Amino acid sequence: MLTDWEKQRTERRTRLEAGSRYANGKLVASEKTKVLLETVIRPGDRICLEGDNQKQADFLAEVLASVDPSRIHDLHIVQSGIVLQAHLDLFERGIARKLDFSYSGPQGAALARALTAGKIELGAVHTYIELFARYFMDLTPHVALIVARQADRDGNLYTGPNTEDTPTIVEATAFKSGIVVAQVNEIVDKVPRVDIAGDQVDFVIRTEKPFYVEPLFTRDPASITENQILMAMMAIKGIYAEYGVKRLNHGIGFPTAAIELLLPTYGEQLGLKGKIATHWALNPHPSLIPAIESGWVQQIHSFGSEVGMDDYMSARSDVYFVGDDGSLRSNRLMCQTAGLYACDMFIGSTLQIDLEGNSSTFTSGRIAGFGGAPNMGSDAHGRRHPTPAWLKAGRESWDGDRKLMRGRKLVVQILETFGEKMAPNYVETLDSVAMAEKLKFDLVPVMIYGDDVSHIVTEEGIANLLLCRTSAEREQAIRGVAGFTDVGRGRDRKAVEALRRRGIIRRPEDLGIDPLAASRQLLAARSIKDLVTWSGGLYQAPSKFRNW
Amino acid sequence: MSNPVQPNEADWYEASARERIDGLLDPKSFVEFLGPEQRAVSPHLAQFDLTGAFDDGIVVGRGRLDGQEVFVAAQEGRFLGGAFGEVHGAKLVGILRAARDGANNDGPRAVLLLLDTGGVRLQEANAGELAISEIVDAVVKVRSAGIPILALVGGRAGAFGGGGIITACCSRIVVSEHARVSVSGPEVIEINKGVEEFDSRDRALVWRVCGARTRYLTGGADRYVKGSIRDFREAALALIRNAPSFDLVTLVAEQQRLMERLQRFGDCRDAPDIWRKMGLPEPERIAELDDDAFLAIRTKGADHDAR
Amino acid sequence: MEQFQVRGTTERRAGGNRDRAVIGVNASGNLEVLVERVLPDSECLVDVATAVTGFGRIWEAVIQEFLERTSPGGLKFSINDGGARPDTVTLRLLQSVRLMEDEA
Repeated sequence: MLTDWEKQRTERRTRLEAGSRYANGKLVASEKTKVLLETVIRPGDRICLEGDNQKQADFLAEVLASVDPSRIHDLHIVQSGIVLQAHLDLFERGIARKLDFSYSGPQGAALARALTAGKIELGAVHTYIELFARYFMDLTPHVALIVARQADRDGNLYTGPNTEDTPTIVEATAFKSGIVVAQVNEIVDKVPRVDIAGDQVDFVIRTEKPFYVEPLFTRDPASITENQILMAMMAIKGIYAEYGVKRLNHGIGFPTAAIELLLPTYGEQLGLKGKIATHWALNPHPSLIPAIESGWVQQIHSFGSEVGMDDYMSARSDVYFVGDDGSLRSNRLMCQTAGLYACDMFIGSTLQIDLEGNSSTFTSGRIAGFGGAPNMGSDAHGRRHPTPAWLKAGRESWDGDRKLMRGRKLVVQILETFGEKMAPNYVETLDSVAMAEKLKFDLVPVMIYGDDVSHIVTEEGIANLLLCRTSAEREQAIRGVAGFTDVGRGRDRKAVEALRRRGIIRRPEDLGIDPLAASRQLLAARSIKDLVTWSGGLYQAPSKFRNW
Repeated sequence: MSNPVQPNEADWYEASARERIDGLLDPKSFVEFLGPEQRAVSPHLAQFDLTGAFDDGIVVGRGRLDGQEVFVAAQEGRFLGGAFGEVHGAKLVGILRAARDGANNDGPRAVLLLLDTGGVRLQEANAGELAISEIVDAVVKVRSAGIPILALVGGRAGAFGGGGIITACCSRIVVSEHARVSVSGPEVIEINKGVEEFDSRDRALVWRVCGARTRYLTGGADRYVKGSIRDFREAALALIRNAPSFDLVTLVAEQQRLMERLQRFGDCRDAPDIWRKMGLPEPERIAELDDDAFLAIRTKGADHDAR
Repeated sequence: MEQFQVRGTTERRAGGNRDRAVIGVNASGNLEVLVERVLPDSECLVDVATAVTGFGRIWEAVIQEFLERTSPGGLKFSINDGGARPDTVTLRLLQSVRLMEDEA
């Protein structure tokens, strides 16, 4: 009996032939999209609908959500971002049944509701790298619905600054007999550069409206508070300078925006230019513009792009990854890998931290997902090359033979003691514990595990967890910077004093910082308009940030 | 461009009402009337479960501007949006009447109104509206007595509603880039006229319609300054020297100017259409120029000497 | 809305010559602090008006720690709170004492 080893190739050819009835070469008219999808997709398929962090294949999502559920049903969605209403409509309408994803930000509450109501069978919540990795292992898509700026008639795609996940998705799909369908803003004779080769693309649809993309990494300097500036000053002096951190990744948030805006002023006062923050794995934060213009930054690789930054980045090709065509090339998988192995520090904010230093963004009624933070905020055990920062952190946490020591990545959580509506950010038990029980998860969803965290920075000071040797010490170190939250007020005062004498807890005064010196005047830019001015008019701030 | 934003120049936009007064007037010359320690607070906010401000959101008093005595009122734009309430309005009426009373004796050389207001507080609507009319009346009387009143607008609330009307009644108006001067707010226009006519979320549009540059180029403001408190001070000093007299001749000239402006630009849909008719270079880019480039524009027909 | 007072005894008079100072604005996440030198040297008082109810214990703790830390004898602090977080309250109180210590 002969085994058929070519089933998938045969299936692909069958689908392509059927689909080509609606196409002119590779081009499909937008009105034919629905019937095309109903033809090339089969019930039970794994579908990757490009829901990246920033860009969305929104037209294809709308059309997919409108197909006949009696023809297309029980799809298994594997996509990094659940961002649009249409993404959830798929489950509502019975078109999709199973879900594996990474991040859901704006749909976090709706997702939780749908899960509770039994509309979605959840595979797992992943980090970006994990999900991409599984595209090549056990979650390979049968059909990828992707998004690009331009295509030519051969299907070559220009994804431009928002390249993000596309090369990774296409690699997994195209080379495992999958079908790749792309929505594009424009068909051109020749694309400015080939981001995805036409060989790997089967159908192209030009849409009426440009694809959806939201500014996610723009933080208005006008909203930065004095306490965030104080935390930023402590981080720069007590961590960046102390460990000599040159290669780093900033999570998005106001405290990190404050750090970026303090480099040309406070950082300059401390004489740190060229000694810290030279190489970045970072989305194109507008708040880094003053530091770039002041000569702090050698190089940045980006996960994606950011609305309004295109022209600025094109004019700074010495800093950003810019193709010969003059536009940015981003790549989420590559940048995540750079953040994991080629950076000495991650620093970011989260929503809740417990007494072990575990943090989570899963709060009551919201499933936000993981995104890339667990990768960026983890100590990569596979790393081998040393740097002074990595070795110093390793020495602080190591007790045994130094020769057999492993270095450590600095993983810093910078988070004020209280959040919105006076909710404490430091808690005995994470909200996600209760959520995990309610939704019957195998594990409590933790963003960054306490044993990966090296430092916690609050407005009360810095806790160095590397130097803690017992969980009791770790607990008091966290309580000792948790301010007036219940957790903070529950501190053992004597123990906290002892930790302070050992340098495990450092208050602003211990770092030589006067809390009242934290003034907005220290920010290199105090408004979005200032950022535009710093950029020489190249940065085009999105409408919602304009006040001029 | 390595440091275009000077970190030590105090911003008007960032500053509180008191900080603006401090930076505007001669050092240590400011004497406050009805200061916060007097606790002349709103009698109405408590019933709405709102805490107030010890000065009800406006600072009034006298001081010196390059040695000359001036009266000052500065609204705190971050307290309830700088909106007028009963006490707030009364303080402004009071400082204006004090100026008029002092007109022929040792009265002030000028009155400076540092306006930063969204209009009238909903919670004190009647009192607020009454105050606005009393203020307009007082403005007219002060000007008639020969004392110029300068409106200085550059905060985050702008000068809306009654604040916009008061601004337009002043002798001279100084604006910086973030300023907006209008009566109806953008959301109100959108609700009444529809989003196709006016999309209030299109913030660039809002500034093109009622923002500082448009006001300045069409004669709705007399000086456009860069954003530091010092820039406002220099403009105030210069404008006090050549403020127009307030008489029938002035009013007739102003009416003429407005009629001609309406005739010339009445059918323009958006600001760039006006700039094109004025013959300004690169009309679409006027809003994007930096302040220095904007100030370098030579305009014809926007100059006037009437208000 | 809540209104309450916290009193303290102090070891020393707050430094400086100023009679009064005001800092901050009653806006979202912020607070207005009026400080007046009107009490005997061994006393201090914080008078709070806040629209965010139910956090009396935290206010107590914040104010007590501030009083211990700065010992502002003779000063009365009056607060109009717009929902500021504890760290902002501490900051404004410290700023107000710093202002009082400046030359008048």
